Amino acid sequence: MSDLRELYQEMILEHNKQPRNFREIQDATARTEGFNPLCGDRLTVYLKIAGGRVKDVSFKGSGCAISKSSASMMTAAVMGRTVKEAEHLFQAFRDMLSSKKGAPFDAERLGKLAVFSGVNEYPARIKCATLAWHTLRAALDGGTDGSVSTE
Amino acid sequence: MEAARVMVKLMADFDVERIRRDFPALAQKVRGHGLVYLDNAATTQKPKPVIDTLVEFYTTHNANIHRGVHALSERSTQAYEEARKKIQRFINAESHEEIVFVRGTTEGINLVAHSFGRPRIHKGDEIVVSAMEHHSNIVPWQILRDETGANLKVIPVSDEGELDLAAYERLLTERTRLVSVVYVSNSIGTVNPMSLIIQKAHARGIPVLVDGAQAVSHLMVDVQALDCDFFAFSGHKLFGPTGVGVLYAKKAHLAAMPPYQGGGDMISSVTFEKTRYNTLPYKFEAGTPHISGGIGLGSAVDYLERAGMEKIAAYESELLDYATEALGRVEDLRIIGTSRHKASIVSFVLGDIHAHDVGTILDRYGVAVRTGHHCTMPLMERFGVAATVRASFAFYNTRRDVDSLVEALNQVRKVFR
Repeated sequence: MSDLRELYQEMILEHNKQPRNFREIQDATARTEGFNPLCGDRLTVYLKIAGGRVKDVSFKGSGCAISKSSASMMTAAVMGRTVKEAEHLFQAFRDMLSSKKGAPFDAERLGKLAVFSGVNEYPARIKCATLAWHTLRAALDGGTDGSVSTE
Repeated sequence: MEAARVMVKLMADFDVERIRRDFPALAQKVRGHGLVYLDNAATTQKPKPVIDTLVEFYTTHNANIHRGVHALSERSTQAYEEARKKIQRFINAESHEEIVFVRGTTEGINLVAHSFGRPRIHKGDEIVVSAMEHHSNIVPWQILRDETGANLKVIPVSDEGELDLAAYERLLTERTRLVSVVYVSNSIGTVNPMSLIIQKAHARGIPVLVDGAQAVSHLMVDVQALDCDFFAFSGHKLFGPTGVGVLYAKKAHLAAMPPYQGGGDMISSVTFEKTRYNTLPYKFEAGTPHISGGIGLGSAVDYLERAGMEKIAAYESELLDYATEALGRVEDLRIIGTSRHKASIVSFVLGDIHAHDVGTILDRYGVAVRTGHHCTMPLMERFGVAATVRASFAFYNTRRDVDSLVEALNQVRKVFR
């Protein structure tokens, strides 16, 4: 049970139950669909960029607790940030999940997002946690009505 | 009454604990718990005799088959051809010439699409499949459809997970060239009324391919009684090695079909002007085959015949009833596929908890299940779910395994409370 709690932490379960920014943005500057063909999870990230900053960010879609809470916490983390900061956050998050178990990661930059460090131990689930982030990355790259796939 | 008595007799003869000892992989601990292996529809574990056969082959007999004049080649050839005959008997084919070794069910279906379908199916012709097909019995026909301009017709599935047979009959027209339907659904366990499906098609002169991937390990299969034209299955779902499978086809079809692949073994003579193809079934077996795999599959068939398919079916039927009832008592659990005719495969969703979360937590308790769409995305769409949890039982599973699954599911509910 203890190692399960490392994956399914309270914060993750809470965001799964009540995802933040779970809505569409009508005047989004970018909208990208992310798809994980392995499990069929599908989500859309909406972005509104103005003056090099994330003015608004949201998501819609369905998925497992890991992918949904990751998307929710991602929107909270990048809201109001500059595009550059959001990109650095993406890199730090990706590095945390691709590093070896117990290896140091940029905890300072990641803040609350560090709750996902436990996903490392579940190779089959890493893509669940990174789906929203890869989709955001594609949206930041300016994809309107684009789509990304984890495969 | 008589049937019930026969059932009791079969059950009494079936010693599951002795059988479990024949499967070394079942004895291990996973994450501190005794392994509860319920992913048999994906692949089955292998009994010791099959493993020993592989070791023995590579230790003593290893040689290429069919043309060698030396002792090892003769032994390998004999063992490989004996395996073919064992499989012929196991599914009651009329001749060993009707048993084509392939890589698996998928290759078997692709072979039929290529060598039987392509020469016969033209623009406007129709191929009938069902809404519960595995992607491997959809995509080869889509490829053929796109090449030829033919149409793909789909038999709908009811809320219980059964084929709509009235709709099926209406789909059969003078343009139907082939019916290709799954015998046992890999994702929800439904056993389709295959004899009836075949009779209806044959009444109109339409040949039928049976996807038997899940059927062979659960049911007694008799291809002559079924009167199917083609029957494809995989060795690894039948307690044999991966990478080997069988396509059964009526001899008249095979004789009329062009080869699938060209190469060694499938020819009798080659000049640059003209190549003569080998006799059946070798015409369809280009290149060095999976020799040890074929022999290993023969050994798996021997094992199953010793255990008795009739006893296996009776035991599994009882285990399925027990599992269905036990799972039905888990709060918020909904079983997908409630046909009265099912093999021991149970698909379900647990409240609004995603199947992958369920699977990950079950794994922490040593319970191996499959989660996702099970390569049947159209069927998942039919039931309005993105994914299910699938527990698929083999004859080495026990009521204890079902209890462990239920216990672990209750832990999942605790995490997500």
